Amino acid sequence: MDVIIENLPLYWNGFLRTLFLSAVSGIFALILGTLLAAARVSPVAALRGFSTVYVEVLRNTPLTIAFFFAAVVLPRIGVKFEQFEIAAIIALSTYTAAFIAEAVRSGVNSVPVGQAEAARSIGMKFGQVLSLIILPQALRTVIPPLINILIALVKNSSVAGAFFVLELFGYGRQMANANGDAVIAVLLGTAFFYLLLTVPLGILANTVERKVAIAR
Amino acid sequence: MTTHVPGDALVSLNAVNKHYGQLHVLKDINLQVRKGEVVVVIGPSGSGKSTLCRAINRLETIEGGTISIDGKVLPEEGKELAQLRADVGMVFQSFNLFAHKTILENVTLGPIKVKGVSKAAAEKDAMALLERVGVGHQAPKLPAQLSGGQQQRVAIARALAMKPKVMLFDEPTSALDPEMINEVLDVMVQLAKEGMTMIVVTHEMGFARKAADRVVFMADGQIVEDATPEEFFTNPKSDRAKDFLSKLLTH
Repeated sequence: MDVIIENLPLYWNGFLRTLFLSAVSGIFALILGTLLAAARVSPVAALRGFSTVYVEVLRNTPLTIAFFFAAVVLPRIGVKFEQFEIAAIIALSTYTAAFIAEAVRSGVNSVPVGQAEAARSIGMKFGQVLSLIILPQALRTVIPPLINILIALVKNSSVAGAFFVLELFGYGRQMANANGDAVIAVLLGTAFFYLLLTVPLGILANTVERKVAIAR
Repeated sequence: MTTHVPGDALVSLNAVNKHYGQLHVLKDINLQVRKGEVVVVIGPSGSGKSTLCRAINRLETIEGGTISIDGKVLPEEGKELAQLRADVGMVFQSFNLFAHKTILENVTLGPIKVKGVSKAAAEKDAMALLERVGVGHQAPKLPAQLSGGQQQRVAIARALAMKPKVMLFDEPTSALDPEMINEVLDVMVQLAKEGMTMIVVTHEMGFARKAADRVVFMADGQIVEDATPEEFFTNPKSDRAKDFLSKLLTH
Protein backbone atom coordinates (compact mmCIF):
# COMPACT_ATOMS: atom_id res chain seq x y z
CA MET A 1 0.00 0.00 0.00
CA ASP A 2 2.92 2.32 0.76
CA VAL A 3 3.88 2.31 -2.88
CA ILE A 4 0.49 3.78 -3.79
CA ILE A 5 0.71 6.53 -1.20
CA GLU A 6 4.30 7.37 -2.15
CA ASN A 7 3.34 7.65 -5.79
CA LEU A 8 0.08 9.53 -5.34
CA PRO A 9 1.34 12.55 -7.33
CA LEU A 10 2.16 10.29 -10.28
CA TYR A 11 -1.23 8.59 -10.05
CA TRP A 12 -2.90 11.96 -9.85
CA ASN A 13 -1.00 13.16 -12.93
CA GLY A 14 -1.96 10.03 -14.82
CA PHE A 15 -5.54 10.37 -13.69
CA LEU A 16 -5.72 13.94 -15.00
CA ARG A 17 -4.09 12.96 -18.32
CA THR A 18 -6.58 10.12 -18.77
CA LEU A 19 -9.45 12.42 -17.85
CA PHE A 20 -8.23 14.98 -20.40
CA LEU A 21 -7.69 12.38 -23.12
CA SER A 22 -11.12 10.83 -22.55
CA ALA A 23 -12.97 14.13 -22.29
CA VAL A 24 -11.48 15.64 -25.45
CA SER A 25 -11.83 12.42 -27.45
CA GLY A 26 -15.35 11.96 -26.08
CA ILE A 27 -16.45 15.41 -27.23
CA PHE A 28 -14.97 14.94 -30.71
CA ALA A 29 -16.47 11.46 -30.93
CA LEU A 30 -19.93 12.72 -29.93
CA ILE A 31 -19.85 15.42 -32.59
CA LEU A 32 -18.46 13.17 -35.32
CA GLY A 33 -20.72 10.27 -34.33
CA THR A 34 -23.87 12.42 -34.45
CA LEU A 35 -22.88 13.79 -37.86
CA LEU A 36 -22.27 10.24 -39.11
CA ALA A 37 -25.67 9.15 -37.79
CA ALA A 38 -27.31 12.13 -39.51
CA ALA A 39 -25.53 11.18 -42.75
CA ARG A 40 -26.75 7.61 -42.31
CA VAL A 41 -30.42 8.67 -42.32
CA SER A 42 -30.09 11.50 -44.86
CA PRO A 43 -31.84 11.39 -48.22
CA VAL A 44 -28.45 11.69 -50.01
CA ALA A 45 -27.24 8.22 -51.03
CA ALA A 46 -23.55 9.20 -51.12
CA LEU A 47 -23.67 10.39 -47.50
CA ARG A 48 -25.47 7.23 -46.42
CA GLY A 49 -22.85 5.11 -48.20
CA PHE A 50 -19.90 6.98 -46.68
CA SER A 51 -21.35 6.74 -43.18
CA THR A 52 -22.08 3.03 -43.53
CA VAL A 53 -18.58 2.21 -44.76
CA TYR A 54 -16.96 4.36 -42.07
CA VAL A 55 -18.95 2.81 -39.26
CA GLU A 56 -18.49 -0.76 -40.46
CA VAL A 57 -14.73 -0.41 -40.96
CA LEU A 58 -13.96 1.37 -37.68
CA ARG A 59 -16.36 -0.69 -35.61
CA ASN A 60 -15.05 -3.99 -36.87
CA THR A 61 -11.30 -3.42 -36.60
CA PRO A 62 -9.23 -3.37 -33.41
CA LEU A 63 -8.53 -0.06 -31.70
CA THR A 64 -4.80 -0.73 -31.95
CA ILE A 65 -5.05 -0.48 -35.73
CA ALA A 66 -6.65 2.94 -35.40
CA PHE A 67 -3.75 3.90 -33.12
CA PHE A 68 -1.13 2.60 -35.57
CA PHE A 69 -2.80 4.57 -38.34
CA ALA A 70 -2.85 7.77 -36.31
CA ALA A 71 0.64 7.39 -34.86
CA VAL A 72 2.52 5.84 -37.79
CA VAL A 73 0.63 6.22 -41.06
CA LEU A 74 -0.61 9.80 -40.66
CA PRO A 75 2.91 11.23 -40.06
CA ARG A 76 4.14 9.38 -43.16
CA ILE A 77 1.56 11.04 -45.36
CA GLY A 78 2.53 14.43 -44.00
CA VAL A 79 0.29 14.89 -40.95
CA LYS A 80 2.82 15.59 -38.21
CA PHE A 81 2.13 16.20 -34.54
CA GLU A 82 4.21 17.73 -31.78
CA GLN A 83 2.97 15.13 -29.33
CA PHE A 84 1.73 11.59 -29.58
CA GLU A 85 -1.22 12.68 -27.49
CA ILE A 86 -2.80 14.25 -30.56
CA ALA A 87 -2.48 10.97 -32.44
CA ALA A 88 -4.13 9.28 -29.47
CA ILE A 89 -7.02 11.76 -29.55
CA ILE A 90 -7.48 11.24 -33.29
CA ALA A 91 -7.45 7.46 -32.92
CA LEU A 92 -9.78 7.39 -29.93
CA SER A 93 -12.31 9.84 -31.31
CA THR A 94 -12.51 8.38 -34.83
CA TYR A 95 -12.84 4.87 -33.39
CA THR A 96 -15.42 5.79 -30.74
CA ALA A 97 -17.42 7.89 -33.23
CA ALA A 98 -18.35 4.71 -35.10
CA PHE A 99 -19.99 3.27 -32.00
CA ILE A 100 -21.69 6.56 -31.18
CA ALA A 101 -23.04 6.76 -34.73
CA GLU A 102 -24.58 3.30 -34.34
CA ALA A 103 -26.14 4.18 -30.98
CA VAL A 104 -27.57 7.48 -32.28
CA ARG A 105 -28.88 5.76 -35.39
CA SER A 106 -30.72 3.19 -33.30
CA GLY A 107 -32.12 6.09 -31.27
CA VAL A 108 -33.28 7.81 -34.45
CA ASN A 109 -34.98 4.59 -35.52
CA SER A 110 -36.72 4.38 -32.15
CA VAL A 111 -38.52 7.68 -32.78
CA PRO A 112 -41.89 6.86 -34.39
CA VAL A 113 -41.96 7.70 -38.09
CA GLY A 114 -45.09 9.80 -37.50
CA GLN A 115 -42.98 12.39 -35.67
CA ALA A 116 -40.97 13.05 -38.82
CA GLU A 117 -44.09 13.01 -41.00
CA ALA A 118 -45.79 15.57 -38.76
CA ALA A 119 -42.69 17.77 -38.86
CA ARG A 120 -42.43 17.51 -42.63
CA SER A 121 -46.11 18.24 -43.06
CA ILE A 122 -45.80 21.61 -41.31
CA GLY A 123 -43.11 22.52 -43.82
CA MET A 124 -39.86 21.74 -42.00
CA LYS A 125 -36.80 20.98 -44.07
CA PHE A 126 -34.73 17.82 -43.53
CA GLY A 127 -32.22 19.55 -41.26
CA GLN A 128 -34.96 21.04 -39.10
CA VAL A 129 -36.85 17.76 -38.84
CA LEU A 130 -33.65 16.11 -37.67
CA SER A 131 -32.36 18.78 -35.30
CA LEU A 132 -35.66 19.97 -33.79
CA ILE A 133 -37.77 16.82 -33.68
CA ILE A 134 -35.85 13.58 -34.22
CA LEU A 135 -32.46 14.06 -32.53
CA PRO A 136 -33.79 15.63 -29.30
CA GLN A 137 -36.03 12.59 -28.84
CA ALA A 138 -33.43 10.11 -30.08
CA LEU A 139 -30.67 11.43 -27.83
CA ARG A 140 -32.78 10.91 -24.73
CA THR A 141 -33.23 7.25 -25.48
CA VAL A 142 -29.56 6.79 -26.34
CA ILE A 143 -28.01 8.56 -23.36
CA PRO A 144 -27.54 5.31 -21.37
CA PRO A 145 -25.89 3.44 -24.28
CA LEU A 146 -23.84 6.57 -25.05
CA ILE A 147 -22.51 6.65 -21.51
CA ASN A 148 -21.59 2.98 -21.84
CA ILE A 149 -19.61 3.87 -24.94
CA LEU A 150 -17.88 6.67 -23.02
CA ILE A 151 -16.99 4.23 -20.24
CA ALA A 152 -15.43 1.99 -22.88
CA LEU A 153 -13.61 5.07 -24.21
CA VAL A 154 -12.07 5.79 -20.78
CA LYS A 155 -10.79 2.22 -20.63
CA ASN A 156 -9.67 2.23 -24.28
CA SER A 157 -7.63 5.36 -23.64
CA SER A 158 -5.14 3.08 -21.84
CA VAL A 159 -4.00 1.85 -25.25
CA ALA A 160 -2.41 5.30 -25.60
CA GLY A 161 -0.06 4.25 -22.81
CA ALA A 162 1.43 1.71 -25.19
CA PHE A 163 2.03 4.51 -27.73
CA PHE A 164 4.24 6.55 -25.43
CA VAL A 165 1.48 8.80 -24.12
CA LEU A 166 1.86 9.22 -20.40
CA GLU A 167 -1.60 8.73 -18.98
CA LEU A 168 -2.85 6.64 -16.10
CA PHE A 169 -1.86 3.29 -17.59
CA GLY A 170 1.45 4.69 -18.86
CA TYR A 171 2.36 5.95 -15.40
CA GLY A 172 1.16 2.67 -13.94
CA ARG A 173 3.58 0.80 -16.19
CA GLN A 174 6.43 3.11 -15.19
CA MET A 175 5.67 2.64 -11.51
CA ALA A 176 5.41 -1.13 -11.92
CA ASN A 177 8.84 -1.17 -13.54
CA ALA A 178 10.32 0.98 -10.80
CA ASN A 179 8.73 -1.04 -7.96
CA GLY A 180 9.27 -4.63 -9.03
CA ASP A 181 8.46 -5.87 -5.54
CA ALA A 182 5.02 -4.20 -5.43
CA VAL A 183 3.60 -4.72 -8.91
CA ILE A 184 0.27 -5.98 -7.61
CA ALA A 185 -0.27 -2.93 -5.41
CA VAL A 186 0.71 -0.61 -8.25
CA LEU A 187 -1.75 -2.28 -10.62
CA LEU A 188 -4.52 -2.25 -8.02
CA GLY A 189 -3.87 1.47 -7.54
CA THR A 190 -4.11 2.02 -11.29
CA ALA A 191 -7.36 0.08 -11.47
CA PHE A 192 -8.73 2.12 -8.57
CA PHE A 193 -8.14 5.39 -10.42
CA TYR A 194 -9.89 4.03 -13.53
CA LEU A 195 -12.85 3.06 -11.36
CA LEU A 196 -12.88 6.60 -10.01
CA LEU A 197 -13.73 7.73 -13.55
CA THR A 198 -15.95 4.93 -14.78
CA VAL A 199 -18.13 4.17 -11.76
CA PRO A 200 -19.53 7.74 -11.52
CA LEU A 201 -20.25 7.59 -15.27
CA GLY A 202 -22.28 4.43 -14.72
CA ILE A 203 -24.21 6.07 -11.87
CA LEU A 204 -24.80 9.08 -14.09
CA ALA A 205 -26.18 6.80 -16.82
CA ASN A 206 -28.74 5.37 -14.42
CA THR A 207 -29.81 8.76 -13.09
CA VAL A 208 -30.14 10.29 -16.54
CA GLU A 209 -32.06 7.28 -17.81
CA ARG A 210 -34.71 7.79 -15.13
CA LYS A 211 -34.88 11.56 -15.59
CA VAL A 212 -35.13 12.02 -19.33
CA ALA A 213 -37.46 9.20 -20.30
CA ILE A 214 -40.24 10.72 -22.42
CA ALA A 215 -43.75 9.49 -21.94
CA ARG A 216 -45.62 8.59 -25.12
CA MET B 1 -75.14 21.87 -48.95
CA THR B 2 -72.99 23.74 -51.47
CA THR B 3 -73.22 27.08 -49.76
CA HIS B 4 -69.65 28.07 -50.63
CA VAL B 5 -68.89 30.03 -53.74
CA PRO B 6 -67.19 27.58 -56.11
CA GLY B 7 -63.79 28.80 -57.29
CA ASP B 8 -60.96 27.27 -59.30
CA ALA B 9 -59.53 23.93 -58.30
CA LEU B 10 -57.30 24.38 -55.22
CA VAL B 11 -56.23 20.77 -55.15
CA SER B 12 -56.03 18.99 -58.44
CA LEU B 13 -55.07 15.37 -59.07
CA ASN B 14 -54.66 14.26 -62.64
CA ALA B 15 -54.20 10.64 -63.69
CA VAL B 16 -52.36 9.80 -60.47
CA ASN B 17 -50.93 6.28 -60.25
CA LYS B 18 -49.07 4.47 -57.52
CA HIS B 19 -47.98 0.88 -56.86
CA TYR B 20 -46.83 -0.85 -53.70
CA GLY B 21 -44.83 -3.58 -55.37
CA GLN B 22 -47.44 -5.62 -57.28
CA LEU B 23 -50.37 -3.82 -55.69
CA HIS B 24 -51.81 -1.02 -57.83
CA VAL B 25 -52.94 1.17 -54.96
CA LEU B 26 -53.96 4.30 -56.87
CA LYS B 27 -55.41 3.79 -60.36
CA ASP B 28 -55.71 6.83 -62.58
CA ILE B 29 -57.09 9.09 -59.89
CA ASN B 30 -58.65 12.35 -61.07
CA LEU B 31 -59.97 14.66 -58.40
CA GLN B 32 -60.52 18.41 -58.25
CA VAL B 33 -61.23 20.16 -55.00
CA ARG B 34 -62.32 23.79 -55.14
CA LYS B 35 -61.57 26.43 -52.57
CA GLY B 36 -63.89 26.17 -49.61
CA GLU B 37 -65.05 22.69 -50.52
CA VAL B 38 -65.26 19.86 -48.00
CA VAL B 39 -64.62 16.51 -49.66
CA VAL B 40 -65.05 13.35 -47.63
CA VAL B 41 -63.30 10.25 -48.93
CA ILE B 42 -64.80 6.97 -47.81
CA GLY B 43 -64.36 3.37 -48.78
CA PRO B 44 -63.38 -0.03 -47.47
CA SER B 45 -59.95 -0.43 -45.91
CA GLY B 46 -57.22 -1.04 -48.45
CA SER B 47 -59.08 1.01 -51.05
CA GLY B 48 -56.24 3.54 -51.25
CA LYS B 49 -57.99 6.45 -49.54
CA SER B 50 -55.26 7.06 -46.95
CA THR B 51 -52.57 6.79 -49.61
CA LEU B 52 -54.48 9.34 -51.70
CA CYS B 53 -54.62 11.72 -48.74
CA ARG B 54 -50.91 11.30 -47.96
CA ALA B 55 -49.94 11.72 -51.60
CA ILE B 56 -51.43 15.22 -51.62
CA ASN B 57 -48.57 16.54 -49.46
CA ARG B 58 -46.14 13.99 -50.82
CA LEU B 59 -45.73 11.89 -47.71
CA GLU B 60 -46.32 9.20 -50.32
CA THR B 61 -44.61 9.57 -53.67
CA ILE B 62 -46.53 8.90 -56.86
CA GLU B 63 -45.31 7.23 -60.03
CA GLY B 64 -47.55 8.78 -62.62
CA GLY B 65 -49.74 11.80 -63.09
CA THR B 66 -49.59 15.16 -61.36
CA ILE B 67 -50.85 16.68 -58.16
CA SER B 68 -51.06 20.44 -57.90
CA ILE B 69 -51.96 22.72 -55.04
CA ASP B 70 -53.25 26.18 -55.90
CA GLY B 71 -51.92 25.83 -59.46
CA LYS B 72 -48.43 24.66 -58.42
CA VAL B 73 -47.35 21.12 -59.24
CA LEU B 74 -45.91 19.31 -56.18
CA PRO B 75 -42.12 19.56 -56.35
CA GLU B 76 -39.99 16.41 -56.03
CA GLU B 77 -38.02 17.22 -52.88
CA GLY B 78 -36.21 20.01 -51.09
CA LYS B 79 -37.04 23.56 -50.20
CA GLU B 80 -39.95 24.08 -52.62
CA LEU B 81 -41.65 20.95 -51.34
CA ALA B 82 -41.23 22.12 -47.74
CA GLN B 83 -42.74 25.50 -48.66
CA LEU B 84 -45.69 23.86 -50.34
CA ARG B 85 -46.27 21.54 -47.41
CA ALA B 86 -46.45 24.55 -45.11
CA ASP B 87 -49.62 25.50 -47.01
CA VAL B 88 -51.19 22.08 -46.57
CA GLY B 89 -52.30 21.18 -43.06
CA MET B 90 -52.28 17.52 -42.15
CA VAL B 91 -54.00 15.71 -39.30
CA PHE B 92 -52.99 12.11 -38.71
CA GLN B 93 -54.81 9.11 -37.32
CA SER B 94 -52.20 8.78 -34.54
CA PHE B 95 -52.04 12.56 -33.74
CA ASN B 96 -48.22 12.63 -33.98
CA LEU B 97 -47.80 15.52 -31.59
CA PHE B 98 -44.12 16.19 -30.90
CA ALA B 99 -43.64 14.08 -27.77
CA HIS B 100 -40.83 16.19 -26.27
CA LYS B 101 -42.56 19.55 -26.71
CA THR B 102 -45.36 21.13 -24.68
CA ILE B 103 -48.80 21.62 -26.21
CA LEU B 104 -48.03 25.30 -26.75
CA GLU B 105 -44.64 24.55 -28.36
CA ASN B 106 -46.26 21.97 -30.61
CA VAL B 107 -48.44 24.73 -32.05
CA THR B 108 -45.82 27.51 -32.17
CA LEU B 109 -42.90 25.49 -33.58
CA GLY B 110 -44.07 25.62 -37.21
CA PRO B 111 -44.85 29.35 -37.33
CA ILE B 112 -41.56 30.21 -35.56
CA LYS B 113 -39.19 27.85 -37.38
CA VAL B 114 -40.80 27.64 -40.81
CA LYS B 115 -42.47 31.03 -41.23
CA GLY B 116 -40.14 33.11 -39.06
CA VAL B 117 -42.96 34.51 -36.94
CA SER B 118 -41.79 36.07 -33.65
CA LYS B 119 -42.19 33.95 -30.53
CA ALA B 120 -44.60 36.38 -28.90
CA ALA B 121 -46.86 36.59 -31.95
CA ALA B 122 -46.76 32.83 -32.47
CA GLU B 123 -47.72 32.20 -28.85
CA LYS B 124 -50.59 34.66 -29.01
CA ASP B 125 -51.91 32.96 -32.16
CA ALA B 126 -51.38 29.53 -30.69
CA MET B 127 -53.26 30.34 -27.49
CA ALA B 128 -56.19 31.67 -29.54
CA LEU B 129 -56.21 28.46 -31.60
CA LEU B 130 -55.94 26.24 -28.52
CA GLU B 131 -58.86 28.12 -26.93
CA ARG B 132 -60.81 27.67 -30.12
CA VAL B 133 -60.39 23.89 -30.06
CA GLY B 134 -61.07 23.88 -26.32
CA VAL B 135 -57.69 22.92 -24.87
CA GLY B 136 -56.29 26.33 -23.93
CA HIS B 137 -55.79 25.37 -20.29
CA GLN B 138 -53.58 22.41 -21.33
CA ALA B 139 -50.96 24.63 -23.00
CA PRO B 140 -48.03 23.94 -20.62
CA LYS B 141 -48.55 20.14 -20.53
CA LEU B 142 -46.82 17.47 -22.57
CA PRO B 143 -48.83 15.54 -25.19
CA ALA B 144 -48.78 12.27 -23.21
CA GLN B 145 -50.68 13.99 -20.38
CA LEU B 146 -53.70 14.64 -22.63
CA SER B 147 -56.48 12.32 -23.73
CA GLY B 148 -56.59 11.16 -27.34
CA GLY B 149 -59.39 13.54 -28.21
CA GLN B 150 -57.52 16.48 -26.70
CA GLN B 151 -54.33 15.49 -28.52
CA GLN B 152 -56.14 15.34 -31.83
CA ARG B 153 -57.63 18.78 -31.26
CA VAL B 154 -54.14 20.10 -30.53
CA ALA B 155 -52.97 18.46 -33.77
CA ILE B 156 -55.70 20.37 -35.62
CA ALA B 157 -54.59 23.61 -33.93
CA ARG B 158 -50.97 22.86 -34.89
CA ALA B 159 -51.97 22.47 -38.53
CA LEU B 160 -54.15 25.60 -38.46
CA ALA B 161 -51.32 27.67 -36.96
CA MET B 162 -49.59 27.49 -40.35
CA LYS B 163 -52.67 29.16 -41.90
CA PRO B 164 -52.95 26.42 -44.52
CA LYS B 165 -54.87 26.73 -47.77
CA VAL B 166 -56.21 23.23 -47.39
CA MET B 167 -56.47 20.74 -44.54
CA LEU B 168 -56.01 17.01 -44.99
CA PHE B 169 -57.47 14.65 -42.40
CA ASP B 170 -56.27 11.05 -42.53
CA GLU B 171 -58.80 9.07 -40.46
CA PRO B 172 -58.64 11.62 -37.63
CA THR B 173 -61.02 9.76 -35.33
CA SER B 174 -60.06 6.15 -36.00
CA ALA B 175 -57.68 5.91 -33.04
CA LEU B 176 -60.07 7.52 -30.58
CA ASP B 177 -62.35 6.08 -27.94
CA PRO B 178 -66.01 6.49 -28.95
CA GLU B 179 -66.75 9.20 -26.40
CA MET B 180 -63.94 11.34 -27.76
CA ILE B 181 -64.88 11.13 -31.42
CA ASN B 182 -67.51 13.84 -31.21
CA GLU B 183 -65.29 16.47 -29.61
CA VAL B 184 -62.94 16.15 -32.59
CA LEU B 185 -65.75 16.01 -35.17
CA ASP B 186 -67.32 19.14 -33.65
CA VAL B 187 -64.09 21.05 -34.24
CA MET B 188 -63.98 19.76 -37.82
CA VAL B 189 -67.61 20.68 -38.50
CA GLN B 190 -66.93 24.18 -37.18
CA LEU B 191 -63.89 24.43 -39.44
CA ALA B 192 -65.97 23.34 -42.44
CA LYS B 193 -68.59 25.98 -41.64
CA GLU B 194 -65.93 28.66 -41.56
CA GLY B 195 -65.07 27.84 -45.16
CA MET B 196 -61.84 25.85 -44.79
CA THR B 197 -61.02 23.66 -47.75
CA MET B 198 -60.90 20.12 -46.38
CA ILE B 199 -60.18 16.63 -47.64
CA VAL B 200 -61.26 14.15 -45.01
CA VAL B 201 -60.64 10.42 -45.07
CA THR B 202 -63.00 8.96 -42.51
CA HIS B 203 -65.40 6.22 -41.52
CA GLU B 204 -67.70 8.71 -39.81
CA MET B 205 -70.74 8.74 -42.07
CA GLY B 206 -72.43 11.23 -39.74
CA PHE B 207 -69.72 13.75 -40.45
CA ALA B 208 -69.99 13.11 -44.19
CA ARG B 209 -73.73 13.79 -44.13
CA LYS B 210 -73.41 16.83 -41.94
CA ALA B 211 -70.40 18.69 -43.29
CA ALA B 212 -69.41 17.34 -46.69
CA ASP B 213 -70.05 19.10 -49.97
CA ARG B 214 -69.02 15.98 -51.83
CA VAL B 215 -68.50 12.36 -50.97
CA VAL B 216 -65.84 10.47 -52.90
CA PHE B 217 -66.19 6.72 -52.66
CA MET B 218 -63.05 4.70 -53.33
CA ALA B 219 -62.63 0.99 -53.84
CA ASP B 220 -59.61 -0.99 -55.07
CA GLY B 221 -57.57 2.13 -55.78
CA GLN B 222 -60.21 3.80 -57.92
CA ILE B 223 -62.72 6.55 -57.41
CA VAL B 224 -65.99 4.72 -57.93
CA GLU B 225 -68.42 7.50 -57.09
CA ASP B 226 -68.20 11.24 -56.63
CA ALA B 227 -71.50 12.72 -55.53
CA THR B 228 -73.22 14.95 -52.98
CA PRO B 229 -73.76 13.24 -49.62
CA GLU B 230 -77.52 13.27 -50.19
CA GLU B 231 -77.18 11.50 -53.53
CA PHE B 232 -74.53 9.06 -52.33
CA PHE B 233 -76.27 7.90 -49.18
CA THR B 234 -79.80 7.69 -50.56
CA ASN B 235 -79.14 6.63 -54.11
CA PRO B 236 -75.68 5.10 -54.69
CA LYS B 237 -75.14 4.19 -58.31
CA SER B 238 -72.49 1.49 -58.21
CA ASP B 239 -72.93 -2.00 -56.79
CA ARG B 240 -69.66 -1.57 -54.90
CA ALA B 241 -71.02 1.45 -53.03
CA LYS B 242 -74.40 -0.22 -52.42
CA ASP B 243 -72.58 -3.22 -50.98
CA PHE B 244 -70.39 -0.97 -48.79
CA LEU B 245 -73.33 1.02 -47.46
CA SER B 246 -75.46 -2.04 -46.81
CA LYS B 247 -72.69 -3.44 -44.62
CA LEU B 248 -72.61 -0.20 -42.62
CA LEU B 249 -76.36 -0.11 -42.15
CA THR B 250 -76.74 -3.63 -40.82
CA HIS B 251 -75.04 -2.57 -37.58
